[in-house]
Amino acid sequence: MSGEAVERARWYRRRMPIFWWLGKRSYVGFIARELTSLAVAYATVLVLVEVALLDRGAEAHRRFVALLGRPPVVAWHALLLAVLLFHTLTWLNLAPKAMVVRLGARRVPNGAILAAHYLGWIAASALVLGLLARS
Amino acid sequence: MARTREPFFWTLFSAGGMLAALLLPALAFVLWVGGPLGWVERPGAAALVALLASPWARLALFAAVSLALFHWAHRFRYTLYDGLQLHHLYGLVAVVCYGGATALTVAAALLLIRLG
Repeated sequence: MSGEAVERARWYRRRMPIFWWLGKRSYVGFIARELTSLAVAYATVLVLVEVALLDRGAEAHRRFVALLGRPPVVAWHALLLAVLLFHTLTWLNLAPKAMVVRLGARRVPNGAILAAHYLGWIAASALVLGLLARS
Repeated sequence: MARTREPFFWTLFSAGGMLAALLLPALAFVLWVGGPLGWVERPGAAALVALLASPWARLALFAAVSLALFHWAHRFRYTLYDGLQLHHLYGLVAVVCYGGATALTVAAALLLIRLG
């Protein structure tokens, strides 16, 4: 049965308090990791807002950039950056658990999979910096 | 059909999560932290318009934005089920999450087509 069908079936479920995950460090970590999706959505929408303002013209875009430069906004976005980094680290660290890569009969060791992902992150970041940041 | 939908959304979640992991920290650093603080030079309107002039760039941006939104939709859906114990709102939560991602994906498509 698929996860969906299982969810729909009215099987017995023990009642859990809403904040069940506050009791243990690893549970809080799990919920924090899951909540990084909000930062991903926020960042995506912010990119779309900037593109929409580019469409409106240079003046609208200039005002948006000025707003981004206000100290409380920068502080908020520094927090955003920290959450996005938390997503990246937790995501990449799960890669060896999520994939089993074989070369011939041999299984590629976890360390190699992890290293490949981190190298990919460095390359992708260099690409973004090269495209956007002007030196 | 219900049994075939879950792997589809999981694939979008996974692809979007990987793209977000690889691209977003650098993007956020340049556009929203390092740029405003003057650590790196943020691209101006003209440079960004020039960057988006290529249809391939707009297509790549569209794909990345859309996958990242479905990453959010899928993960946040399960955060609400498991974290906030909203199992009884199963259908509503799914509609709000995937519907929201779909609406924003359509908006992004219209915007990027307009820009062309």
